[in-house]
Amino acid sequence: MRTRGAAPDLVTDYAQDLRLVPNGWTAAGLLLLAAIFVTGPNLFSGFWVVVLGYAGVATIGAVGLNLLTGFTGQVSLGHAFFLGIGAYAAVQFGMNWGLPLFLWLPLCGVMGAIAGAVIGPFALRLRGQYLVIVTLGLVFLGEHVFKEWRSLTGGGTGTAVRPPLTLGPLDFSGMELFGTAYNRQQMLFWLIWAVAAIGILGAKNIVRTRPGRAMQAVRDRDLAAEVIGISLTRYKVGAFAISSAYGAVAGALYGALQGFVSPTEWNLFLAIQYVAMIIIGGMGTVFGAVLGALMLTALPRLIEDVSRRVDMPFVSGDKGGPEGFVTIFSVQRAMFGALIVGFLLFEPRGLAAIWLRFKAYLKTWPFSY
Amino acid sequence: MTKLLQLTIDGTALGVGYALVALGFVVIYRATGVINFSQGGFVLLGAYLTYNFHVTWGLNFWVSVALAVVIGALVGVLIEALILRRMVGQPVFAVIILTIGLLFVMEQSVSSIWGFDNLNMSDPWGIGTSRLGDFLFGHKQVAAMVVSALMLTAFFAYFKYSVMGVSMRAVALDQEAALAQGISARKVFAVSWAIAGAVAAMAGMLQGAGPASVELGISFVALRAFPAMILGGLDSPGGAVVGGIVIGVVQNFTAGYQPEIAPWLGNNFHLVMPYVVMVIILMVKPYGLFGTPEVHRA
Repeated sequence: MRTRGAAPDLVTDYAQDLRLVPNGWTAAGLLLLAAIFVTGPNLFSGFWVVVLGYAGVATIGAVGLNLLTGFTGQVSLGHAFFLGIGAYAAVQFGMNWGLPLFLWLPLCGVMGAIAGAVIGPFALRLRGQYLVIVTLGLVFLGEHVFKEWRSLTGGGTGTAVRPPLTLGPLDFSGMELFGTAYNRQQMLFWLIWAVAAIGILGAKNIVRTRPGRAMQAVRDRDLAAEVIGISLTRYKVGAFAISSAYGAVAGALYGALQGFVSPTEWNLFLAIQYVAMIIIGGMGTVFGAVLGALMLTALPRLIEDVSRRVDMPFVSGDKGGPEGFVTIFSVQRAMFGALIVGFLLFEPRGLAAIWLRFKAYLKTWPFSY
Repeated sequence: MTKLLQLTIDGTALGVGYALVALGFVVIYRATGVINFSQGGFVLLGAYLTYNFHVTWGLNFWVSVALAVVIGALVGVLIEALILRRMVGQPVFAVIILTIGLLFVMEQSVSSIWGFDNLNMSDPWGIGTSRLGDFLFGHKQVAAMVVSALMLTAFFAYFKYSVMGVSMRAVALDQEAALAQGISARKVFAVSWAIAGAVAAMAGMLQGAGPASVELGISFVALRAFPAMILGGLDSPGGAVVGGIVIGVVQNFTAGYQPEIAPWLGNNFHLVMPYVVMVIILMVKPYGLFGTPEVHRA
């Protein structure tokens, strides 16, 4: 219940609207997240620390893709290709050249940005669905190149990804902190989410400043944007470069977390997963990309986890044993498809919109309607 | 020279399969303005239904094919009526991704019903071949060409001469003007999805027949039909046929010559060649060979 006159949460000017931390609630939420971040490896079991590590990787990738698709309106089914570039850049710079963490990780991003800037011009020439299919072709061509570039990628057998993971006094491949030993996965949880936090902050700052407004103008009507003096070349290609840089960093961390990558991982399904993340999370919001990444990474693992404890009818490979005509893999895939269809039909603005509605409900309680 | 011609023949047989799937894409694109990614699911459905009717239930092969085609068309109509119709007015991108979601559901439904094993269609062609001079014709290839030619002729005749075909072209040209003339856009959407479902089912049957087997991998034909469709132009049915055959022939030429001429391109390069061709063509002609360029005004 509010007692201090007019509702203080109402936004009354633009500067207020753009604030990163608009009110105490957000500040408290961020503090809570920071606390979860610091205590994460102690808080969660080994299994969930790894899952959250992958979720962090997905967050970085999804935030990047959302900059391109959600904010600039350029639909890309080629994100998997850029993740692959990042992973192999990590192999080249980190393992083959032995560069330290603070060099190879940014370099992976740079490689991604270069690849994105090369692909970007296609978006200038092609429109809408032609671009979708070209980026889809990119995934297939990329998979082929990754398979054939055996000296770097190990061909069909794949390659280990063990780049150096030390940063100053921190060794992310496992170390003892304050008397507790943390393994590689637990340390990487911190590294990945720290990078993710930087990525989220970066994306937030891009979208609430001039480049972000320009990108959204391009998304909403590119001709009108061009007429008011926004360079389409600059922002379309730029969006591709930035989004691919995010993707490449995600790919590099993915490789480091998994310790091993094979060329078939960078396939169409991975690319579609990233698109699904930003749809289910909410297009055109940074927060939504994070939610979508968390949900789509955690949900299959959750199904797996439940299937190990509960005997589900018709499902084979669960606790009840092999009988049943649906595998747990099929359940996951079908669920994934059904989620996309369901969200697009019933909540096209994604989890972020559900969250906003929930917030509005709390704010106006008990006078909600 | 013999090799060249032989590769052309085989490539054309491959290409008509792409053409059928690409035609399904084009028909739906013209009616609704979106690329339907779930086409691969219809391909699977057609192959497995034919298998089910023919092998499991023991019906006559052609009766099974006809039933599979009819059911494919019905499923298309159902999906349009229950799901896609709700998406009218949504961004195109959302609709595309929705069809991808549908593809996943369809694939998993098929694998849940018929399992993951490779199944033998026991079609009338089998692995038989005939020799004509220096050339070798697989019976399946001949069947693919004949069946596709019949299917395509029927489609183009329908498209050109029937009232519904004219309505479809009118809706593609200008939906509002068509509505004002008393054309039911709903009916056009339904018929478009039915046609797409039917040609995809036929394409699936052809994929699973002969030396190949009925397996989940045959839905990949839809992914390789994308370049065919793009090559011809998204909204051109004739372009889909030309694109399909060009892509089939180019893919086969690559399979035949690339290992000798350019071995550094790697194994199985012919499988990604369609995409290379597509990218090159799009750089020159951004709307494909026969597609209608969009006019953009502020």
